Amino acid sequence: MYESKSLVKALADKYGRDSEALMPILQGIIAEHNYLSDEAMLNIAKELDLSAAHVFGTASFYSFLDHKERGKFVIRICKTISCDMKGKTQILRTIEDTLKIKNGETTSDKKFTLLETNCMGWCHKAPAMLINDIPYTELTTDKVIEIIQDYQQK
Amino acid sequence: MENKSLNRVELIFEPCEGMDATLASVFKYSNDEITSELIDSGLRGRGGAGFPTGMKWKFTSATPGDEKYVICNADEGEPGTFKDREILAKVPEKIFVGMAIAAKVIGAKEGFIYLRYEYKFMLKELQERVDLFNDMIKGYIDFKISFRIGAGAYVCGEESALFESMEGKRGEPRNKPPYPTISGFRGKPTIINNVETLAFATMIVKYGAEKFKSLGTLDSRGSKVFSVSGDLPNAGIYELELGMTLQKFVDEFSDGDAKAVQVGGASGFCVPRKKFKDTIIGFEGVPTGGSMMVFNSTRSMYNVLHNYLEFFVEESCGQCTPCRVGCQQLLKGLKAVKKGEKPESYLEDLLKLSRSMQLTAKCGLGQSVGNSFASIVENFKEEMVY
Amino acid sequence: MANQVNLKINGMPVTVDEGSTILHAAKKLDIHIPTLCAHDDLCVAGNCRVCIVEQKGLRTLPASCAVPVFEGMEIETNTLKVRQARKHVLELLLSEHRQDCLSCYKNGNCELQNLSAEFKVNGSVFMDLVEDHRYTIDHYSPSIIKDDSKCVRCQRCVRTCEELQKVSALGVSGKGAEMKISTFLDRSMNEVVCTNCGQCINRCPVGALVEKDYIDQVWDAIADPKKHVVVQTAPAVRVALGEDLGLPNGEIVTGKMAAALRRLGFDSVLDTNFTADLTIMEEGTELLMRLKGALVDKNPKVTLPMATSCSPGWVKFIEHKYPELLPNLSTCKSPQQMFGALAKTYYAQKINVDPANIVSVSIMPCTAKKYEAQRPEMRSSGYQDVDYVLTTRELAIMIKQAGFDFLSLPIEHTDSFMGVGTGAAVIFGATGGVMEAALRTAYELVTGREVPFQHLDIMPVRGMEGVKEAKVLLENCVPAWSFLNGAELSVCIAHGLVNADAVMKLVRDGNPHGWHFIEIMACPGGCIGGGGQPIPTNIEIRKKRTDAIYQEDSNLPFRKSHTNPEITEIYTEFLTEGPCGHKSHELLHTHYTERVGY
Repeated sequence: MYESKSLVKALADKYGRDSEALMPILQGIIAEHNYLSDEAMLNIAKELDLSAAHVFGTASFYSFLDHKERGKFVIRICKTISCDMKGKTQILRTIEDTLKIKNGETTSDKKFTLLETNCMGWCHKAPAMLINDIPYTELTTDKVIEIIQDYQQK
Repeated sequence: MENKSLNRVELIFEPCEGMDATLASVFKYSNDEITSELIDSGLRGRGGAGFPTGMKWKFTSATPGDEKYVICNADEGEPGTFKDREILAKVPEKIFVGMAIAAKVIGAKEGFIYLRYEYKFMLKELQERVDLFNDMIKGYIDFKISFRIGAGAYVCGEESALFESMEGKRGEPRNKPPYPTISGFRGKPTIINNVETLAFATMIVKYGAEKFKSLGTLDSRGSKVFSVSGDLPNAGIYELELGMTLQKFVDEFSDGDAKAVQVGGASGFCVPRKKFKDTIIGFEGVPTGGSMMVFNSTRSMYNVLHNYLEFFVEESCGQCTPCRVGCQQLLKGLKAVKKGEKPESYLEDLLKLSRSMQLTAKCGLGQSVGNSFASIVENFKEEMVY
Repeated sequence: MANQVNLKINGMPVTVDEGSTILHAAKKLDIHIPTLCAHDDLCVAGNCRVCIVEQKGLRTLPASCAVPVFEGMEIETNTLKVRQARKHVLELLLSEHRQDCLSCYKNGNCELQNLSAEFKVNGSVFMDLVEDHRYTIDHYSPSIIKDDSKCVRCQRCVRTCEELQKVSALGVSGKGAEMKISTFLDRSMNEVVCTNCGQCINRCPVGALVEKDYIDQVWDAIADPKKHVVVQTAPAVRVALGEDLGLPNGEIVTGKMAAALRRLGFDSVLDTNFTADLTIMEEGTELLMRLKGALVDKNPKVTLPMATSCSPGWVKFIEHKYPELLPNLSTCKSPQQMFGALAKTYYAQKINVDPANIVSVSIMPCTAKKYEAQRPEMRSSGYQDVDYVLTTRELAIMIKQAGFDFLSLPIEHTDSFMGVGTGAAVIFGATGGVMEAALRTAYELVTGREVPFQHLDIMPVRGMEGVKEAKVLLENCVPAWSFLNGAELSVCIAHGLVNADAVMKLVRDGNPHGWHFIEIMACPGGCIGGGGQPIPTNIEIRKKRTDAIYQEDSNLPFRKSHTNPEITEIYTEFLTEGPCGHKSHELLHTHYTERVGY
């Protein structure tokens, strides 16, 4: 959990308080904390005078607006056809083994979360993944271990 | 039917000369001259649906209203499509200029680029470049472009869903009519075009319709940027003249073992080898937003279809019955046939369902799920069963 | 007049207003197009796709509820293509709907069931998807059961909660296969901003949202020889109950209902109208005291405008959304709760029964009343004042279960005492009714004369307009109220919480219209359109029930609350300090609680 009230307020000051500000504010929270806490969604509802069900309903529509707790680095492996054909399963297994977590889980130190995602537009350089916002392409098992090790140092 | 040989073109990726010169060259025309030129060029929307761009601009211009918008659809989410990212990375000024011309034609003061979250890593540089552009355009019209970022929803590439998303809501497609030319973003007349379309519009206004028109066929004028992926040695992004047969495409790009090509992404059509020769890439044949996925003989088409359907089951917005439930039924039914829990004849029931989805779904997403389902099941039935 | 548009449906020409939908045009030709997500009270959704038709020149089949007509349009509603596609849509809906139809609460009154019967749909063409989803059945609310496994995602409930009630306790979450109707984080309806108004129940086409029924508990109480079971019926029930028992909309069944209740085995058949009249005495007095406090004594602690508190959905709404305005709310309990408190005190004494053995049942047009009865503060008799609340629909079910023919029952009367009500009490069932009843009494109390409206009918406060305003000049007041001489009483009436919300915003922003008294009913049309009323409810049906309410009022011998002989009696022998006296405060008034706003 994190304190969200002041962040929500700052984001609302920046993006406004009409309903159109909802997406940028949700994204602002994600940029800071990687997921939306229950309290953050309630604070947004209050700040923008929206129903909490609407805030939750909107967030839950978008795959990058998680409301489950996520690690500092969210790894998303593309599972759509080209990446699937080019060995994404092997990449996924490699990361699972390296981080000792399964797809969908977060490491106990809250550093990494491992997820799958739909096509991210790197089909010609498959398999691909995102770590937070940064894409990594043409992955091999060696390459992915190296990338994860780099992040473990961060 | 005329068909063209495979012809590489360099129009979109032709390096941008000085932006000032480009602006000066396109802003000397009147609004009528611009729309006439676009209509004459035959440019059709490059996102996949193929609506004539000049007509769209003309209609929006004719709709009364002081508040209008220009939106660039950069929510490139169709599996197998990645060419807009390249255009955004290499020649974004062409997009900005295209938006500015559109703004001039309809009298818009604000423009937005809806960039998919997956491309957010590009935002910093794009923002810098658009800031420069916004400064420069002041000398021509009162217009400003800003970015809006998606949050991971394929359906937001559907224009009315994109408006909903920009308005801070779930990206659920609206009922149509009314169309965006009448009621789009914030309920106001809106031009919404794909990245590539806007870039082409710039080139057409700059060089005149003739250069574009001389390429392609009667129904599919000009060139198109293709996202080429799958089982082939040189996957990548290629600008090609429209109107070639699939055979010519495969001869150029495949390693010789292609058994099928998925044209137009997961929502497009699967063409088997025996039909390569008779299939023209273009609106008179198989239309595409640019995705060309090649499958070699070792690929299981069952796995391909399974992957597509899983995609749609997740990415349907869920509001209308045919798409929400139909996608689940197609996936579950396909698996059941494969496992022998349902007889082969159940595929016929599913094909009928997929046709009903094409007829009854609320938006293009649900309507097009049947394209890949029917074209894969009909052409590779034995792979679905055994 | 709007521009006219000519089109053809099934080859037949028809002319309709520009902007009409295909569905409207078809209705004009008496062509039936089946629908599911469409509802007259709500905005167009176009979600279910049941109402698809064929449009000449169009490849796809548009939803007739969502597409506006244009000149020269040609529509076919009954082609092979349409029938097959529509059947597919219905079969898909069935495949995600848990089909326990025989044991479903909505069995016999389910729109999906009716459509399936109409189209002879084969429910087993497609595979069952219900078990593929984790679904919950939320039964923690005292009023509403939400069963996701039966939901067809038509979003009528979501639109109701947002457009009519401005509550948005229900929204849509997830996408694709995971898309569902959700509260905030899928919390129980009991834990969120839900007002229990039940308008969602009234519009749910299937059994996904139903009332929590207490029929068996009531049967048990009736069968228990030790228990004395009293029943009260709210005014709006008598103009709607018939609809669930084979009578046309808006038929008055007061006498048959009394006969039915007696035959069901209730020991005393009483009437909420009695406490509606009592509410007028208490609330009218409270208003006059507040006026005196604010206008004469200039007491800054006295809050105006005063708002009515009869509607428990409204009370919960203001507790959630405008807690800072709670001092504006009248402290009077609702008629149901006044009745409950008196049944186990005054009434128990009178008939010499131990209140512990009294079971107090109320029949209400309302689901929020179920919640209200269970509020912890509603125990001023020392017991839960009202034990069980049944909706109009539940009473109809009991009557059917009992097996007697409602239509052939004789006309009977309620028992006395606490069984007599005036016309002023009856009109509590319609928007503007509480205001009209209060004005009939307060005006007379202050001036010594009847309200200056023909036949006591205060027309400006009646009708279906969302927010109504009226002004009444007080002249030649009796000495006790002479300080009100020349004052103009300014009142406001709102029904449907979306209108209540608009009114409360104005009050919060300084009450620019200078209202003194505001009547709010949570449901559109007031209680006649309550969440516990027979399904369907729509604007025409609400109008018919309202007409019946005013008809019933004009039929009654007493039409002003203070002329009710039983009211005189209770203030003589029980509430001897008069309205708003000490005992009244103990039994008939209450307090409110600020609640979380999500």
